[in-house]
Amino acid sequence: MPSQAFDEMFGHATARAVRSAYAPIADWLAESPHEVMTTRRRQAELFFRRIGITFAVYGDPDAAERLIPFDIVPRILGAAEWTTLEAGLVQRVAALNAFLADIYGKQEILRAGVVPAELVLRNPGYNLAMVGKRPVGDIWVHIAGIDLVRTDADDFYVLEDNARTPSGVSYMLENREVMLKLMPELFARLRIRPVETYPDLLLDMLHSIAPAGSGSTPTAVLLTPGQHNSAFYEHSFLADKLGIELVEGSDLFVRDQRVFMRTTEGPRRVDVIYRRLDDAFLDPLVFRPDSMLGVPGLMSAYEAGHVSLANAVGTGVADDKAIYTYMPEIIRFYTGAEPILKNVPTWRCREPDALGYVLDHLPELVVKEVDGSGGYGMLVGPHATKAVIAAFAAKLRANPDKFIAQPTLALSTCPTLCDGGVEARHVDLRPFVLTGVNGSRIVPGGLTRVALDAGSLVVNSSQGGGTKDTWVVDE
Amino acid sequence: MLSRSAGNLYWVGRYIERADFLSRLIEATLRLAALPSSYGGMSNAWDSALEAAWMADAYAARGTPVDEVGVGEFLTVDPTNSSSIRRCLEAARANARAVRTALTLEGWEAINGAWLDVQKYGTHVDREALVRLLETVKASMLAFDGAAHRTMLRGDAYWFIALGSAVERADNTARLLDVKYHLLLPRGEKVGGSLDYFQWTTILRTVSALTAYRWVYRDTVKPWLVADLLILNRQIPRSLASCYEEILHRLDQLSTASARRGPAHRLAAAGHAALDQAKIDGIYKHGLHEFLRGFIADNNRLGAAIAEQYLF
Repeated sequence: MPSQAFDEMFGHATARAVRSAYAPIADWLAESPHEVMTTRRRQAELFFRRIGITFAVYGDPDAAERLIPFDIVPRILGAAEWTTLEAGLVQRVAALNAFLADIYGKQEILRAGVVPAELVLRNPGYNLAMVGKRPVGDIWVHIAGIDLVRTDADDFYVLEDNARTPSGVSYMLENREVMLKLMPELFARLRIRPVETYPDLLLDMLHSIAPAGSGSTPTAVLLTPGQHNSAFYEHSFLADKLGIELVEGSDLFVRDQRVFMRTTEGPRRVDVIYRRLDDAFLDPLVFRPDSMLGVPGLMSAYEAGHVSLANAVGTGVADDKAIYTYMPEIIRFYTGAEPILKNVPTWRCREPDALGYVLDHLPELVVKEVDGSGGYGMLVGPHATKAVIAAFAAKLRANPDKFIAQPTLALSTCPTLCDGGVEARHVDLRPFVLTGVNGSRIVPGGLTRVALDAGSLVVNSSQGGGTKDTWVVDE
Repeated sequence: MLSRSAGNLYWVGRYIERADFLSRLIEATLRLAALPSSYGGMSNAWDSALEAAWMADAYAARGTPVDEVGVGEFLTVDPTNSSSIRRCLEAARANARAVRTALTLEGWEAINGAWLDVQKYGTHVDREALVRLLETVKASMLAFDGAAHRTMLRGDAYWFIALGSAVERADNTARLLDVKYHLLLPRGEKVGGSLDYFQWTTILRTVSALTAYRWVYRDTVKPWLVADLLILNRQIPRSLASCYEEILHRLDQLSTASARRGPAHRLAAAGHAALDQAKIDGIYKHGLHEFLRGFIADNNRLGAAIAEQYLF
């Protein structure tokens, strides 16, 4: 029921008034005829096609499907709102890092009984190879994508933590470039904090986690699964912006527990690997022996401390949806403070009482697989037919441990250019948190994803979602 | 630079050059085949095009007639011929895509654009479409060269593309000359007869050097001067001497950057010196065919040495 939801521009449904940060946008929308807006949208699409040409997909038979729609109406956050979010994100990522250091180390949180031990130790994301290991600075999650939703002026919830290889940051950067080209007049009217420092912050972070003895300018590389990976354009885009080599597994080799890349000038030592490859594919000698994407011996070099990986191996356990439900306790345990960002209230179906409640209330709940992602395999109760709900209930009864359930949140909406004019559509927000030995840095904003179908709550690009530029403005 | 990237860039250079050469070869052949037969039995023009493209055996294996439609399609849009223009562009694009960030946007767009254009022609082309396709490919390849020249950093990425294209160009010119000299000279026909005249001008057209010939020699077309132009003349960018000057120059730049010289460099220097000292009379005395055969083999060895030295 979109009309009931909090709107980013107009505020609460019961008291609609343009919120101050949006005032210039409201004027802009009012003075721009629909044709002008659609022309601008077409120009933006052209620009993205060029980027598509640049990076990956244009010309492939399914190119049209792979271009993620872009909406030209920006999503705006006020400076004060952002300050709170930033503090909450830093706190949350600090807790994630402390949690990982602990569960692969002393396991105090398990002994204290705050999180059930079997939930961690038997978790598919818990990597036994990492027990007793300490990455540089004891930092595990160097790049985190924290998905946030909003339900009211002051209510932000964390929907999920992405602690493995979060993607989408290239859209954040490209969206801003498009907006700067298309609407310079808006940038003149508002003080919009820049996001273009992201590549520099990322490179600084990668250099900061280089192993001891790497020299003053460590050599970092970006490891991609290759050009057939759906995020390849992002990999090549980032490598280009960072000025580092984009390598595939076959470009690297390990000798004497040290990693080298094959160059025209002979082998060159590699200190830091920003890997966009899942744990299971990193090293065929340790993980999946059939992996052609990884580097034989990489884990031995990593364990010897001769190379750093971002993110560390074994972080998947922290972004598991079952662990997610314990995040408020995890934050209190390590930081001693109340969580600044709330968790969505969640029923753990592994607990019999919760399962009973969930089964009784399926039509009003969202049910997710604990280790799923990308919006697949989930039930959105209010939008599901009786038959779908019945089938899902059977799945749930058969395997309750695999599921969690959450209330359907009234996700905030944001004005969005639709065929019939500017209409409200539901949005979420994924800020990117970079953490190196010098602390956490976040570029102001992040990636706003928008569900383009009226009333839809699913923002994932694989499910028809689009993106918006996200502005943090000084008021 | 990553060895894989260097290899990709080198092959971008080679495939672009090959696609360009094929376009010009077909264009020149269309013209030759259109001459009245009284000017010298031109029905074999498409045979000689296949020979010059080094695809006669592959085409013969199909058993289809050697004519404009058959050979034209085979050399341009045929997806089953691994050396057709279409497949060259596909290979150039695949290599370019793997090193997308080493190319500029303009360079990438030229390659991707050419590839997209050729897709539009499908797998059959009539005369009109064939001519348009060749124009498009030539224009795209010029656009790529221009984009590379105008927008790329003068660093190893640029040098590896230029190196690949010079090695391929030397190979193409040498094969073209060898095929024409060895296979196309009809027995008993007096050198300089009308048939030869059109054969030799076709060679010059294929490498876009007919006007250049007149400027350089201010003489009618004579076979030994055509050979002199395309083997030894430094002013013609497709001559063997120019190609080796380019190859040596690029290897010099690469070795200066890395402070290393290797076997490829020595082979290139030897090839360059040999062309530098050669005279066309000596080449004829020794045997043009033998000279060209030796050159093609040496050039192949150079290609292998480059791959080995830079670990592609």
